[in-house]
Amino acid sequence: MRKKILLVDDEPNIVMTLEYAFKKQDYEVFIARDGSEALEIVNTSVPDVVLLDIMMPNVDGYQTLKHIKSKANLKNTKIVFLTAKNKSSDIEKGLQLGADKYLTKPFSVKKIVSEINDLLK
Amino acid sequence: MNNYILLGIIIAYLLVLFFIALKAEKNSKSKWVNNPYVYTLSLAVYCSAWTYYGSVGIAANSGINFLPIYLGPVIAAPLWIVLLRKIMRISKQHKISTIADFISLRYGNNRFLGALITIICLIGTIPYISLQLKAVSETFEIMSFGNGYISNGIWDDSTFYIAVLLAIFATFFGTQSTDASEKHRGIIASVAFESILKLVFFLIIGIYVTFYLFDGTTDIYNQISLTENFEQLTTFNSLESGFDWFFTIMLSFMIIFLLPRMFQVSVLENSREKHLKKAIWLFPLYLLIFNLFVIYIAWGGKISLGDTVNAEYFSLLLPLENGNTFLALLVFLGGFSAVISMVVISTLALSTMVSNNLIIPYGFLGKFLESHPERNAYYIKNIRRISIFTIIIFAYLFYIFFSMELSLFSIGLISFVIIAQLAPSFFIGLFWNRGSSKGVIIGIIVGIIVTTYTLILPFTMEALTGYTDFTTKGLFGIALLKPYHLFGIEILSPPVHAFFWSMLFNTLCYLIFSLTSKGNYRERNYAEMFVDSRNYATLQDSALVWKGEAYVADIKNVLVKFLGETRTKRALDLFFKKYNIPSDTQMADARLINFSEKLLTGSIGGASSKILIAGVVKEEEISLVEVLKILEESKETINRNKILREKSNELTEMTFQLKEVNDELLFKDKQKDEFLDTVAHELKTPITGIRAATELLMDEDGEMPSEIKAQFLKNILQDSDRLARLINNILEFEKLSTDRAYINIQKHNIQKTLKKAIGNMQHIAAKKQITLVNKNQFHFDLTYDEDKILQVLTNLIGNAIKFCEPQKGKITVDFKLGNKAVEFYVKDNGKGIPKEDIDYIFDKFYQSKNQNTIKPIGSGLGLAISKQIIEKHNGKIWVEKGTKVGTIFGFKLPFY
Repeated sequence: MRKKILLVDDEPNIVMTLEYAFKKQDYEVFIARDGSEALEIVNTSVPDVVLLDIMMPNVDGYQTLKHIKSKANLKNTKIVFLTAKNKSSDIEKGLQLGADKYLTKPFSVKKIVSEINDLLK
Repeated sequence: MNNYILLGIIIAYLLVLFFIALKAEKNSKSKWVNNPYVYTLSLAVYCSAWTYYGSVGIAANSGINFLPIYLGPVIAAPLWIVLLRKIMRISKQHKISTIADFISLRYGNNRFLGALITIICLIGTIPYISLQLKAVSETFEIMSFGNGYISNGIWDDSTFYIAVLLAIFATFFGTQSTDASEKHRGIIASVAFESILKLVFFLIIGIYVTFYLFDGTTDIYNQISLTENFEQLTTFNSLESGFDWFFTIMLSFMIIFLLPRMFQVSVLENSREKHLKKAIWLFPLYLLIFNLFVIYIAWGGKISLGDTVNAEYFSLLLPLENGNTFLALLVFLGGFSAVISMVVISTLALSTMVSNNLIIPYGFLGKFLESHPERNAYYIKNIRRISIFTIIIFAYLFYIFFSMELSLFSIGLISFVIIAQLAPSFFIGLFWNRGSSKGVIIGIIVGIIVTTYTLILPFTMEALTGYTDFTTKGLFGIALLKPYHLFGIEILSPPVHAFFWSMLFNTLCYLIFSLTSKGNYRERNYAEMFVDSRNYATLQDSALVWKGEAYVADIKNVLVKFLGETRTKRALDLFFKKYNIPSDTQMADARLINFSEKLLTGSIGGASSKILIAGVVKEEEISLVEVLKILEESKETINRNKILREKSNELTEMTFQLKEVNDELLFKDKQKDEFLDTVAHELKTPITGIRAATELLMDEDGEMPSEIKAQFLKNILQDSDRLARLINNILEFEKLSTDRAYINIQKHNIQKTLKKAIGNMQHIAAKKQITLVNKNQFHFDLTYDEDKILQVLTNLIGNAIKFCEPQKGKITVDFKLGNKAVEFYVKDNGKGIPKEDIDYIFDKFYQSKNQNTIKPIGSGLGLAISKQIIEKHNGKIWVEKGTKVGTIFGFKLPFY
């Protein structure tokens, strides 16, 4: 079965590169431009992993994570933060909230792909 | 009227009073007993038989001269708020129970002074009491139509038995407690009741005479004005009577504070300070009403009865003459009421003085120390009881042997002049801390000698022996020594003349000897406490200066003798608790000594308590130099404390300011962190895009479809531009906030600048099909940096475009000329700025959460930079609050 990934980021240029890379890996890719869009998407389909930016307008990454975590049908969904916030206090906070991984920007596309693959094994 | 019936009525009346007193004593906490009206009425004890009968006598014989005796108190009443309150506070603090205690304590608790004052009060009051008995006796005789057994020896004299009844009454209610500074609710309630009766009955007789026997005031006036010496009776007929008036008012002014009975009711029996507020107007009103009909009764009596009878009893004789025995009985009872209250309160006050200042300190102390507390209480009460009886008996004897022939008024005034000798020490001592006991003692003795020579001696001589050479020719025939006209002063009436000279000598001696003798430290202590009663609270238990040592146990032993175990323990516990002293302390300090003296003062008087406590204290004499030094030090300490307090306040203030600055700095620091975070984020975003796209382009070179390749390349370009723009903005912002000379101000045409700005933005607006309107076409020259203002305008217009919906959007650029500045507006019909954002939109990197686009194109620095630019022009930028549709940004540039 094809793995499903949800990319949540308000920067279209960044999303474009990730979309391209994951599609090549045969992922089914969903795209949300902020937290509220992401929550709409998870209502209809259950992704295996969510790649989540933190600094977004309207509903930010933290809130999105909390919402996803509160849903029973999404309990197997892995959540990975991908953000420019790279202070150790930020990383700690992200992991404490329940993220499975915390990756920082700027990133290597290859590395992101392999991290996600590892996570879903 | 049969005199047995009369006696029966008197006894019944006394029983009523007894019942009232008993009730009041039982309900001593009740509102009926503790209120300003009872307090005021108790003050009316001032109106004795002298007022009741004597005034009419004077009014009949010498016209309105009865008035000054009441004018003094009327003038004094408003001053009570200051003066009497001070006296009350001091008295309550020190458990002072008599005027003798008060004055002697002020002068260092001097035993001799206390005794001297007691004797003065006795000399001044006993004749006065005898006068009251005389009034009872004479009115009794009038009422029984001459059947009273006045002169048939003591045992047959009804007055004697009445006197004994009064003594029993005073004894029963006056010595309920050993502590004389306790209140006597029962007596006060009965006095208040009597004050009502005497006023009402006097008014009744006044109205009866004026409106029943005569046809109102005019009628009486018309009839009396026909008599020969009428003019003399109703006017100030000379300078002399002017002086008489002046000094008599002064005398009565002093006396209202000094009379033992007045001190008793006004100070000691006062339960709340605030009662004074009512008393200061109610008491003068009482006096006024009392004196309303005096003159008409006097005139009425004169017209109907002539000069054949004693004018003092007109009020009794008039109704009797007209056959109205019942009315006469009322008048009699009113007068009797005035007598009872005066006699009871006076003897009560005097007995406390006699026991506390004469008997106990001169002989009983040793006995007390060896005895049990219960027995001591019994002794003390008995001493007071015996005193009361003795005083009344003495007054009775005085009446029998001396007062028969004297008028109420003359004896009253003599008493006043004698008591007035206390005035200098009392009044000046309250405000002048140099007044010393030596000055007081010499002043009083000299004053009494002068009074005796100028008043008492000639008066009694004339009255008893009829020998007049002394008064008409002077001592040894020297005219200057004529007792009524000392040193040739002939314009004053005898009592006023005596008052003038005695007061003059008394005050002079007091001042001179106070200034020359320094007084010991104890005196100075009390002087400070009395004079500086503002700081009373802090001084209350602390003697200012004291040196010596004493054991708590010794002091406790003394206290137990008078207060008993339980009361002593309770008092000491309270004391230790109040000052936070451990209760097993061995050595007593000055505060405890003072406290203990005060405790005992209530029972045995100040002088005795001082002696008792001094017996167990090894007190060291302190030289005056030391006293002054200690006083100086304490003043310095106070000053230093004041400075410290000021410093501490300053420090608190500074700490507060520092905290504010610190908070601000912390806030700025946080802002800086946030700024850096945001800058980093804003820089990283395009870099991330560039990095990821480049990586893919390199790795997937062969497989990547060409349109995707083109898209990635285009993205890289976009991100690079964004990066460059961001860096420029940051640099610009930085320059604006640091470099002053960055702005290049020149004269420009506003219209041209606006057109340029609109031109720049036109194509962007057109893309979203948004209308851009330049409303004001007026040309106007203003000095500004055109590039920068263009930047502001394009930023504001750009924002407006960003937040407007496509097609429907409309943006209006406008300006108007003000008095001192040009105001520019950029108006749009977009969704507006949420309320919660308005205060922050000019902050760096603040981007609204409710933007129309997902990610606004911009650095987040636009408005922050605009604000900097406008402020560089000394202008102001703002966003209008409360707009219903869209947003209005405004900024103004001042004329230079």
